[in-house]
Amino acid sequence: MTSTTTPAPAPPPAASRGPGAAPPRSPGDPAVRVRGLAKRYGVKQAVDGLDLDLAAGEIVAVLGPNGAGKTTTVEILEGFRDRDAGEVRVLGEDPARAGRAWRARIGVVAQDSRDQAELTVAESVRSTARYYPAPRDPDEVVAAVGLTAKAGARVRSLSGGQRRRLDVALGVVGDPEVLFLDEPTTGFDPQARRTFWDLVLGLRDAGTTILLTTHDLAEAAHLADRVAVVRDGQVVAEGTPETLGGPDARTPLVSWTVDGVRHAERTEAPTALAAHLMATAAGADGEVADLCIARPGLEDVYLGLLAKETDA
Amino acid sequence: MSTAAPTLARAGARPARLPGVARLALVRAAVELRQFWRERDAVVFVFAYPIVMLAIFSTVFGSEDQGTDVAAIGYAQYFLPGMVATGVMLTSFQSLAISIAVERDDGTLRRLRATPLPVAAYVGGKVLLTLATSVAQTALLLAVAALAFDVPMPSDPDRWVTFAWVFVLGTATGTVCGVAFSSLPRSGRSASAVVTPVVLVLQFVSGVFFAFFALPAWMQTLASVFPLKWIAQGMRSVFLPEEMAALETGGSWQHLATAGVLVAWLVVGLVVGVRTFRWRRRDDG
Repeated sequence: MTSTTTPAPAPPPAASRGPGAAPPRSPGDPAVRVRGLAKRYGVKQAVDGLDLDLAAGEIVAVLGPNGAGKTTTVEILEGFRDRDAGEVRVLGEDPARAGRAWRARIGVVAQDSRDQAELTVAESVRSTARYYPAPRDPDEVVAAVGLTAKAGARVRSLSGGQRRRLDVALGVVGDPEVLFLDEPTTGFDPQARRTFWDLVLGLRDAGTTILLTTHDLAEAAHLADRVAVVRDGQVVAEGTPETLGGPDARTPLVSWTVDGVRHAERTEAPTALAAHLMATAAGADGEVADLCIARPGLEDVYLGLLAKETDA
Repeated sequence: MSTAAPTLARAGARPARLPGVARLALVRAAVELRQFWRERDAVVFVFAYPIVMLAIFSTVFGSEDQGTDVAAIGYAQYFLPGMVATGVMLTSFQSLAISIAVERDDGTLRRLRATPLPVAAYVGGKVLLTLATSVAQTALLLAVAALAFDVPMPSDPDRWVTFAWVFVLGTATGTVCGVAFSSLPRSGRSASAVVTPVVLVLQFVSGVFFAFFALPAWMQTLASVFPLKWIAQGMRSVFLPEEMAALETGGSWQHLATAGVLVAWLVVGLVVGVRTFRWRRRDDG
């Protein structure tokens, strides 16, 4: 990665959407609406009655372990896979039947691409822009993903992170209303990831609706307006990153050790409990052994959700 | 949204229309040509193969005239039409069947599928690339044959008319069959292994490397089913003396049958290609 030399991204180019530019949908309609989606591969039920809504202009992160059905769901929404059952609407149309005009309004950043190796970055973005009726300025898009210095370089010579940023450039150059990002920052170093996050937030601020799948809980916490946890092809929990899992899952956990035995207690008043412990469980030096007060983060909540579902 | 206002206003004043298929085919052709030229090894192979084969066979068998008591000509002259036909087959059928299978594998097709680019423009770009490479490669082959191997070029305009339609029809047929065949290899890596033997076998049974009249009858019959034999025969009618027509299976150049078989394959290739074209790999869900 050359992110250390990459300037902070410019604001996303040619910010495009406001309420007035919206397509023929009534304002309240969700940008994406999924009901009872099902898809089976052989004996494996990859997606099993999945429901999901994305309001226009929000970032929703779909979290879930490998094989949970995230990518299959996204590919059905992109019009790339058929579904077995369920109702799907993206920008008011059924992706399985939507045509060119609909494709001009969505953007796709898929996993794992190795194409266009012999083109330069600029050629790749410029030619892709010409497929669209009203594209963004290709040079501005290249600048926004921090690849201006690499504009003349062959795609085959890019590092993994640069390649990924090119994928994003190709996904947004058509000025999409809905953008699908499938595990976009896999293989990024922390700084490149942070730069990328700023880019995504900029796109959202320009009015783009973004569906993001990720394994990265910090990414979901940083970017997402809402989070949906998918397990075995279903959404098992949904909410903002701050409220996911409900209040119980967020209750601070106080843990300590007495005589070699570990104790833990969830409480809304951790300070009071700590004071109580100081009085009752402290050793000769006045310290409570291994005292720890933890507020569960998104990752703890997420892992807790998956564990709870497995137990059930 | 203040920064967005100018763009919004523009989009509102000028309702965006989707670019036309013909224009997009040209955009794709430019991309295809660029990528083709930058794949140096492929360029060398496509352009050099027929010329190298012509050189080898003409040098090894150069002293043996081809033909019978009826008519006999130098080896290079007899061999050239077969090499022209092979060149057309390589730049159209083989190149396309392999390149589309590879592009299905490496994500090119998937990415294009996510854009408003219609499939017709993608295939159109391939057709234009094929046309450009076929013309360049055939011109180079003819130049080498004429200058280095003293193969006489026809002076009769009628023969060049025959050359033109056999070349165009052969390239078109090879192109659509290449698009159709590209769905057969399971992956981009196996594409060469699946496509190349088909082309090689066709070359041997279609009288590209050997005099067609010297092949066993069953082999001639088998070859008559496929386009390559007819492209080669059509090219023989361009570059061989008129009396050599007596050596063809029907005792004549059979232009009508040539056109018929090529058109039939064109239609079959088109129908199969349209019905089987896939944006994803076969084993991908």
